[in-house]
Amino acid sequence: MRLLTHNLLSSHVRGVGPRGFPLRLQATEVRINPVEFNPDFIARMIPKVEWAALLEAADTLHLIEVPKEPIQGYERNEEFLRKMHHVLLEVEVLEGTLQCPESGRLFPISRGIPNMLLSDEETET
Amino acid sequence: MKRTVCAKSIFELWGHGKCPEELYSSLKNYPVEKMALEFLPFEGKVNLKKPQHVFSILEDYGLDPNHIPENPHNIYFGRWIADGQRELIESYSVKKRHFIGNTSMDAGLSFIMANHGKVKKNDIVFDPFVGTGGLLIASAHFGAYVYGTDIDYNTVHGLGKASRKNQKWRGPDENIRANLRQYGLEKYYLDVLVSDASKPSWRKGTYFDAIITDPPYGIRESTRRTGSQKEIPKGIEKCPESHVPVSLSYHLSDMFFDLLNFSAETLVLGGRLVYWLPVYTPEYTEEMVPWHPCLKLISNCEQKLSSHTSRRLITMEKVKEFENRDQYSHLLSDHFLLYQGHNSFREKYFSGVTKRIAKEEKSGQE
Repeated sequence: MRLLTHNLLSSHVRGVGPRGFPLRLQATEVRINPVEFNPDFIARMIPKVEWAALLEAADTLHLIEVPKEPIQGYERNEEFLRKMHHVLLEVEVLEGTLQCPESGRLFPISRGIPNMLLSDEETET
Repeated sequence: MKRTVCAKSIFELWGHGKCPEELYSSLKNYPVEKMALEFLPFEGKVNLKKPQHVFSILEDYGLDPNHIPENPHNIYFGRWIADGQRELIESYSVKKRHFIGNTSMDAGLSFIMANHGKVKKNDIVFDPFVGTGGLLIASAHFGAYVYGTDIDYNTVHGLGKASRKNQKWRGPDENIRANLRQYGLEKYYLDVLVSDASKPSWRKGTYFDAIITDPPYGIRESTRRTGSQKEIPKGIEKCPESHVPVSLSYHLSDMFFDLLNFSAETLVLGGRLVYWLPVYTPEYTEEMVPWHPCLKLISNCEQKLSSHTSRRLITMEKVKEFENRDQYSHLLSDHFLLYQGHNSFREKYFSGVTKRIAKEEKSGQE
C-alpha cells in the first residue's frame, strides 16, 4: 500500500463518519520501490493530498525529507515534485495495520494489500 | 486513430464503383489538385520497401461469410492514411495473459470501455469490481494510473483455483500487478484493496477521473456484500484468510444504484462512469437504465449474450456536484422500480422461456 492510497482511505465503521479519517498506520514490513518519475502526475495529485495525514503517516514510517506543505509554484519545482513522488509512490507498506481513529478497529495489510472488509456486527444497523 | 480498436484503417477515398469500369471513370474524375501535392499522379517511382504513399483497392463482398458473391458489390480506391489499434486486441489477448478469472473482459471490449471513459494520460481510473484487473490494463495502456477493489480476497491476492483449463492452482506470478508488469505497465499500478463496493473506504472527495467496471451479474460470479447474518443467507462463505463471513445476496438494482451514488460522489466533474448492465431482453426498456441526478447518460450499447439476455454498455458523465440529498433521490425515480423487478435476472437467465410459458399457462387458468 502506498502513502498516496493511505491518504485517500477512511474507516467506514458505522457511526464513525468523517472521524474515520485518517487511519492510523502501523507497519511491520516496508519496501522502497523505485517508480518512474512523472512530474505531471505528481503535480496533479498535490491539490488532492490531505497534508496532515500524509505527514503523520510519513512520520510513522520514519521518512525524511518530506515537504511540510505545498510550496508556491510547485508545478514547476522539480525538487519538490521528486520528493513528493518518493513519499507518495515509492514507499510501500507490505505488512501492517490501518486503525480507525474513532472505533479502534484494525484493518490488516498483507502482501501490500489492505483488507477493508467489515464483519457482521460492524455493518448492523 | 491512436485510440480506436473498432476501425482497422482509414483511407482517403479517391474513387468508387460497383464494377471495375465504374471505378476507373470515378478515378478519372477525381480532381488532380486533391491528390497529394508533392507528387504527380502515377509519375513517381515505385518503392515497395519504404513508400511515401500507399494506395489500396478494397473490394466489398458483403457481410455474410457463408454467401460470398462472385463479384464484389463495391470496389473502392483510396490512399491509406492511418491504421487503428486493432493489433492491441491480439497483443493484450486474454489467452496470453498471466492472470485470468472466469469472467475476465475481452481485450477489445476493455479498450472500448477505456475509450468511452475518455481515459487519458495522468488520469486516475478506478474499478470497484476489479477481479483480475483486465479493465485496468486498458486504462494503464492509455497512461492512466489505476486503482482496483474487489470483495474476493483470493482474486485480489491472486490465490486459489486457476481459471485456465489444465491448471489447478494459481501460480506466484498471477495477480493484478503481475498482469500490468507483463505489458510493461507496472508503473501505473497504484494499489488494489479487498473491499466491499457497497461500503467503500474512500474519504470524502473527488479524485477519480473515470470509474470503469464490469459488476457481477450473479451468474458466473456471485453478487455479494458483507452484512448481518440475520438477513437471508444465500450461501454463506467463509474466507479463511480474511475471517469475514461474506453472505447476503446483493440485489442487482441496489448494486447499480450504489455504484451510481459512489460515482457521483467521487468522480471529478466531467468524469465518466462506464459499466455493463445485464438485462433480460424480452422485458428490457430504456426507462430501466439506472438514473442519478448528477450523472448524464452518454451512451447505451447492447451486446447479446444469449437468446433472451444481453448486457448493455452504459456510459455516464458527471455533470453536477454531489449533495447529500442526492443519495436517495433514485428511490423517488420510476427507474428504480423498473430495474428492481429485474432482480430475478439470475432466475430469468436460467429459466428464460420455460418460466414465461409456465406463467402464461397459469394466468390462462385463472
